[in-house]
Amino acid sequence: MPATDVTPATSPSAPHERAEILAEAERQMNICNACRYCEGHCAVFPAMEMRLSFGAGDLAYLANLCHDCRACYQHCQYAPPHEFAVNLPRVLSEVRSLSYEDTAWPRAFGRLYRANGLAVGIITAIVLATFVTGAVVLADPAALWGVNRGVGSFYAVIPHNVMVVLFGAAFGLAMIALGVATVRFWRGMGAGVATSGENIGTGPCVAASARALHDAATLRYLDGGGDGCTYPGEAPSMARRWFHHLTAYGFLLCFAATCVATLYHYGLGIEAPYAVTSVPVVLGILGGIGLIVGPIGLLWLRHVADPVPADPGREGMDAAFIFLLLATSITGLALLALRETAAMGLLLTVHLGIVMGLFVTLPYGKFVHGFLRLAALARYAIEKKRGQAL
Amino acid sequence: MNHNELNGESFDVVVAGGGNAALCAAVTAARAGARVAILEAAPRHMRGGNSRHTRNIRTMHVAPTDVLVEAYAEDEYFDDLMRVTGGVTDERLARMVIAQSGAAVRWLGNQGLRFQPALGGTLSLARTNAHFLGGGKALVNVLYRAAEAAGVRVFYDAPVTGLDIDGSRFQAATVGGSGAAPARIEGRALVVAAGGFEANIDWLREYWGAAADNFLIRGTPYNRGEVLRLLLDADAARIGDPKQCHAVAIDGRAPKFDGGIVTRVDAVPFGIVVNRNAGRFYDEGEDFWPKRYAIWGRLVAAQPDQIGHVIIDAKPVGRFIPPVFPPVMADRIGELATRLGLDPIVLQETVSAFNRSCQPGEFDHNVLDDCRTEGLAPAKTHWARPIDTPPFRAYSLRPGITFTYLGVKVDATARMQMADGHPSDNIFAAGEIMAGNLLGKGYLAGIGMTIGAVFGRIAGREAAARARN
Ligand SMILES: Cc1cc2nc3c(=O)[nH]c(=O)nc-3n(C[C@H](O)[C@H](O)[C@H](O)COP(=O)(O)OP(=O)(O)OC[C@H]3O[C@@H](n4cnc5c(N)ncnc54)[C@H](O)[C@@H]3O)c2cc1C
Ligand code: SF4
Ligand code: SF4
Repeated sequence: MPATDVTPATSPSAPHERAEILAEAERQMNICNACRYCEGHCAVFPAMEMRLSFGAGDLAYLANLCHDCRACYQHCQYAPPHEFAVNLPRVLSEVRSLSYEDTAWPRAFGRLYRANGLAVGIITAIVLATFVTGAVVLADPAALWGVNRGVGSFYAVIPHNVMVVLFGAAFGLAMIALGVATVRFWRGMGAGVATSGENIGTGPCVAASARALHDAATLRYLDGGGDGCTYPGEAPSMARRWFHHLTAYGFLLCFAATCVATLYHYGLGIEAPYAVTSVPVVLGILGGIGLIVGPIGLLWLRHVADPVPADPGREGMDAAFIFLLLATSITGLALLALRETAAMGLLLTVHLGIVMGLFVTLPYGKFVHGFLRLAALARYAIEKKRGQAL
Repeated sequence: MNHNELNGESFDVVVAGGGNAALCAAVTAARAGARVAILEAAPRHMRGGNSRHTRNIRTMHVAPTDVLVEAYAEDEYFDDLMRVTGGVTDERLARMVIAQSGAAVRWLGNQGLRFQPALGGTLSLARTNAHFLGGGKALVNVLYRAAEAAGVRVFYDAPVTGLDIDGSRFQAATVGGSGAAPARIEGRALVVAAGGFEANIDWLREYWGAAADNFLIRGTPYNRGEVLRLLLDADAARIGDPKQCHAVAIDGRAPKFDGGIVTRVDAVPFGIVVNRNAGRFYDEGEDFWPKRYAIWGRLVAAQPDQIGHVIIDAKPVGRFIPPVFPPVMADRIGELATRLGLDPIVLQETVSAFNRSCQPGEFDHNVLDDCRTEGLAPAKTHWARPIDTPPFRAYSLRPGITFTYLGVKVDATARMQMADGHPSDNIFAAGEIMAGNLLGKGYLAGIGMTIGAVFGRIAGREAAARARN
C-alpha cells in the first residue's frame, strides 16, 4: 500500500519496522497537512505546513520538534479507533528513535537504541561491577571499609588522579559523540522545505540558537498555551513540565556542583569533602533533590498516562535513563548523609560507578533528545524567519 | 455509564444529544442547580456529533482580540446573514444570536477552551471566525469536563428512540441501546440538541431519490434525525426546507461517514472539472474556493452518478493545500481519461477546446485575475490557464453532506413551538435541530457553532427554570 493512502497499512498497535514507521509518519503528516486544526499547539504543525512532502529528513526534523505533549492526539477527531488512526505522538516518537539510531557515533553503536533499556542497564551494571571490584582489589581496605573523615578521605578510596582521568575521558568522549550526533542530525534533517531549496548549512545563526535555547529551556511546547499539556490524561496539566524542569535543572545543578568542586580543587587548592554549607555541596543537595523528585514524578506520570499515544518501543529507553538519574541522586545524597560513617567507602564507589554508567551511556540513550531537539528548534527558528507556510 | 442503570430514573432536565448545543445547555442548566442527564447516542470515542469536526465559530467583536483581527460589527454580521439567506431568516432571533455571540465565545473560553489565529489556508476568516485550538474535539472535551464537574450525568451509547409527549408536555424519553433493553427516563424539561438527519440516507432519499446513495456524509454517522422525527410526529412546528442541505464537493474516495475536513479538494479553481461524460458543466473560476465549495456540492450532485473529476496540470501544484488522497496521474490526457474510466477522445477534446479558448493574462491565484476563456461554454472567468504541462493529475469529487436544514420552530427563549401555534410546555431546542429558524437557506461559515452555543445556553437556562416551577 502506498504511503499516501489514508488508512494505515499496519495495525496501529503492532511494533513497527523502519520503512513502516516512515511510511506511517508520512501518511499521518499528509492527513494533518490537510486538516491543520492543531496548528497552534506546537512547532511541528507550522513546520509541516512549509512542506508538501515528507521525506526521511523532514520526518526526523518534525519528530524532534515534537515534545510528546499529546495535545494533538487528545484533540484529534481522527484518533484511533477512527479508521484514519491519527496518533502523532506515538509515530513521531518512533521516528525520533530512528533519528537517534541514525546519528549515533560511532555508527555501530546506533544498534544500542534497538533495546535501549536493556543495553543501558547492562552497560551500567558492568561499569558498576568494575568499580566495586576495582575498589575492593586496589583500594586500601581501611580506607574502603573504615570510618574516615576529613580531607583526602574520598581520595583514599579512589585516588583523585584516577577519578579525573576516568571521568574526564568518559565525559569528553560523551561530548564528542553527542556533538557528532548533533551535527549529523543537523545535516540530515529537512531536505524538502517547500519555500527555499537551499540547505541551511552548518552555521546556525545566533538569533535562532538563542530562540531555540529559550524554547527548550522553558519547555515552551509543554505549556499548552498556558494550561499545560494533555499528559498524563485528557485534561491539561502542568505536572509533566514541572517534573521535567526539576529533573533537567536538578541534573544541571549537580553538574555545576562538580564543576565548582573541580575549580576548588585545582584553582583554590581546597580538597573534598567540602562542608555542607559550601557552594558545591549546596548545589549538589539542591540538584539532588530535584533529581529525586523530578524522576519519581515522571515515572509516576508514565505509570498513569493514557497508553494509546505512548510508544511502547520507547519505554525501556526512557525508564533506563530516569532510573539512572534517580540512582545517581539517591547514591549522591546518601553519600553526603553517611560520609562520616563506615558506609562511605562503598557508597562513594557505587555512586561513582553509577555516574560513570550515566556518562558512558549519555550519547546512546534518552539524553540525546535534548541535543537533537535543540537543533530542530534552531532550524525551526530559521525556517520561521524566512519560510512561508502554504 | 450504561443507560440500563438509569431505567426509571428522573431528572430535572434531560438533554437529547451530545454536541456543542447539548453541552452548552447541560452545563448551563446544571450550574443553575438542575439535575441534568445527557443522552448521547454515540459511544464515548465518537461523542460530540458534528461539533467534533468543526474548526471555528463566527463571532461579532468591536475591537481586535488576541485571535481576531480588526472588528466585526453586529450589523455587518447581520448583513452577511441576510445576504447568504436571501432574507429567509427570523430577524429577531438572528439579531439576538449575533448580539450574544461574543459573550458565548467568552463563555467557551472560561470553560477552558483555547483559541488560535486563523489557520493556514483560512485567512479569509481571520476577522470573523475564532478558531478552536485543536479543533472541535478540543471544544467537545472541554465541555464534557465542564459538564461532569457541574454534576451532569453523561450516558454514552444512549440513543433516544422514543419521546413520551402528552399534548405539548414532555414526560419521559426512551433510550434504546444496541441489544440492551430500552430504558425510560423521566424529566421535568427536555432539551433537544440531537443535530439534523444528514446521516440518514433513507430520509435523504425521500428528497434526492437514488442520487442520495452516492452522497458522502462528512460528519458523524449518529445524526440520523430520530429525535427530529419524533418531535415532528408529536406535532412540533416545522421550519426549514426539507430538501435543503449544505453539501460541498469533497474527494470521491472519502469514507462514507465521518471523513471530516481532510477530504476537501481545493484544486478546482486551478483546473477544469468534468463529469462522467468528460464534459465541463460550470465555471470553475467564478470566485475564490472558500466562497464556492458549497455550491459545488450541489453541482456535482446534479451530474450523472453524482461524480466529477478535477483535472489540473503540473503548474499549480504547491499553490493549494495538498489533498489527503493522492491524485491519479498520467503524462497524457488520454491516459488520464482511461485511468479515470472516462472516454479518452472526449476528454482530450474537452481539454483542447478549453486550452484554445484561454486568453493571455497575468495569473494570480490571490486575486480575481484576468486569465479567462473566450468563446467557451460554460466559461471559466478567472485563473484559466491551458492544461498543458505534464504530469496531469485528477481528483474525483462527490457531494459531501454537512448538515440538513429541516428543524423545529423555536422562540427567543429556545422554547419549541407546536404546529397549532402554541409553545410547548417544557421542550427546548438548540443547535442544528433548530438552525433552520435562522438559516432558511445558504450558509455562513462558523454560524452553526454560534447558533448552538447561544441557543444551547438559553435552552439550558430556560429548561432549568422550567424544571423548578
Ligand atoms: C466536517 C464538518 C466541519 C464543520 N465545520 C464547522 C465549523 O468550522 N464551524 C461551524 O460553525 N460549523 C461547522 N460545521 C457544522 C457544525 O458541525 C454544526 O452546525 C454543529 O456541530 C451543530 O451542533 P449541534 O450540537 O446542534 O449538533 P452535533 O454537534 O452534530 O451534535 C448532535 C448530537 O446528537 C447526538 N444524537 C443524534 N441522534 C441522537 C439520538 N437519537 N439520541 C441521542 N443523541 C443523538 C449525536 O450523537 C451528537 O452528539 C461543520 C460540520 C462538519 C460535518
Ligand atoms: S492531529 Fe488530528 S486534529 Fe490535529 S492536525 Fe492532525 S489530523 Fe488534524
Ligand atoms: S504531541 Fe504535542 S508536541 Fe508532539 S506533535 Fe502533538 S501537539 Fe505537537
